[in-house]
Amino acid sequence: MREIAYYPGCSLKDTAKGFEDSAISVSKDLGIELKELPRWNCCGTVYSLTDDNLMKQVGPIRNLVRARDQGYDSLYTLCSMCDNTLKRSNRLVKKDEDKLSKINNFMDQEEDYEGEIEVKHYLELLRDELGWQEIKAKVKEPLEGIKVAPYYGCMLTRPKEIGLDDPHKPSILDELITSLGGIPVDFPYESECCGSYNTVDKKEVVLGKTQTITGGANKAGADLIITACPLCHFNLDSRQAELLEVAPSHHPVPVIYFTQLMAVAFGDIDVSGFEKHAIDPEPGLNLDNTVVSKR
Amino acid sequence: MNLNESDKQLLGKVEELSGENAFSCYQCGKCSAGCPFTEEMDLLPNQVIRKVQMGDASVLEAETPWICASCLSCEVDCPKGNDVPAIMEAIREISLRENFDEVNLNELDASDLPEIALVSNLRKKTG
Ligand code: SF4
Ligand code: SF4
Repeated sequence: MREIAYYPGCSLKDTAKGFEDSAISVSKDLGIELKELPRWNCCGTVYSLTDDNLMKQVGPIRNLVRARDQGYDSLYTLCSMCDNTLKRSNRLVKKDEDKLSKINNFMDQEEDYEGEIEVKHYLELLRDELGWQEIKAKVKEPLEGIKVAPYYGCMLTRPKEIGLDDPHKPSILDELITSLGGIPVDFPYESECCGSYNTVDKKEVVLGKTQTITGGANKAGADLIITACPLCHFNLDSRQAELLEVAPSHHPVPVIYFTQLMAVAFGDIDVSGFEKHAIDPEPGLNLDNTVVSKR
Repeated sequence: MNLNESDKQLLGKVEELSGENAFSCYQCGKCSAGCPFTEEMDLLPNQVIRKVQMGDASVLEAETPWICASCLSCEVDCPKGNDVPAIMEAIREISLRENFDEVNLNELDASDLPEIALVSNLRKKTG
């Protein structure tokens, strides 16, 4: 088993537990062990855009220091918000010596960080290190005839400097869906923001986006949507259940993490964690009469 | 364009906080064309930048910076590579550093909200 350093972030230990469980399980199938950092702290969720306050960069950089101290040169993430925040902080200190030295002076317990770590998203591991053929080879229950809308959202592809794919025409999730035997559907809202943190104080704005995005996926014929972001998941899944109360004609579209889709295709269905979802994914996956019946 | 001292102060503050040069924007409007939240905004993103260029302090009262979700769609669309969300953040920060909180946790029903929503929101909307 190859070991890789894994940074879960807060959500994957709680609301997005199914994201983590399915990732651990499919990684095993792929011969990879996710070694969680023995100590890690919250990345802060959102990258600070304020140029004069370095305090908000300390949290992300501390995590990179811990990975370095464990002897790694790469740190892998699943949550696209953690991925974005860690990558951007890392990029900031790698290109600005002055800021890096201020942060190093502040973190007096740790040995200086010199930019030793590269932050990578799990999807990059799949595409760039393992390759889609390797993924295909592990598929036991191909997602035949299942139409999946890849929802990229914002944080995987923007900004360009750290994005893992073309921000205007991303394809990495489409390629994953194809490798699993499913049909990726093209829909116009694949990279449109779900409203993000406005879900806390501007719920109406988010509900509007939930309707546009999930409605758009439905119109394009999708049986379900995949995501890599626990906040998008909340806005598209839990908020969609609320939307259904006020807009009963809305056609519900389940939303799952990309690793859950992999788990289904790899035959690891018991780790899916679907019971936590507001919109039941099983009908979208046709689980009642395909995978489950074969178990 | 003649800016008086207080106009210059606002412009300087936004540029300092954002690390951006406001005048690198030539008002093409591409950021606003692609922004997914303009319907809810009182000023379009390019109008926010225009006000900053003019040092117009009324921009501090605008709703737009609090609706901006830092989605970065404008940033990848801007032909000049301007970091519009950093300018939005600078405008928020000016208020937040005056002891202003846009979101008051005590007035919110946070029981159904996941931590990722709360942490990100409070990082952007409280001082
Ligand atoms: S797209 Fe860029 S240059 Fe055009 S108005 Fe917006 S910020 Fe200014
Ligand atoms: S970052 Fe803000 S201003 Fe720019 S497109 Fe997104 S919501 Fe609109």
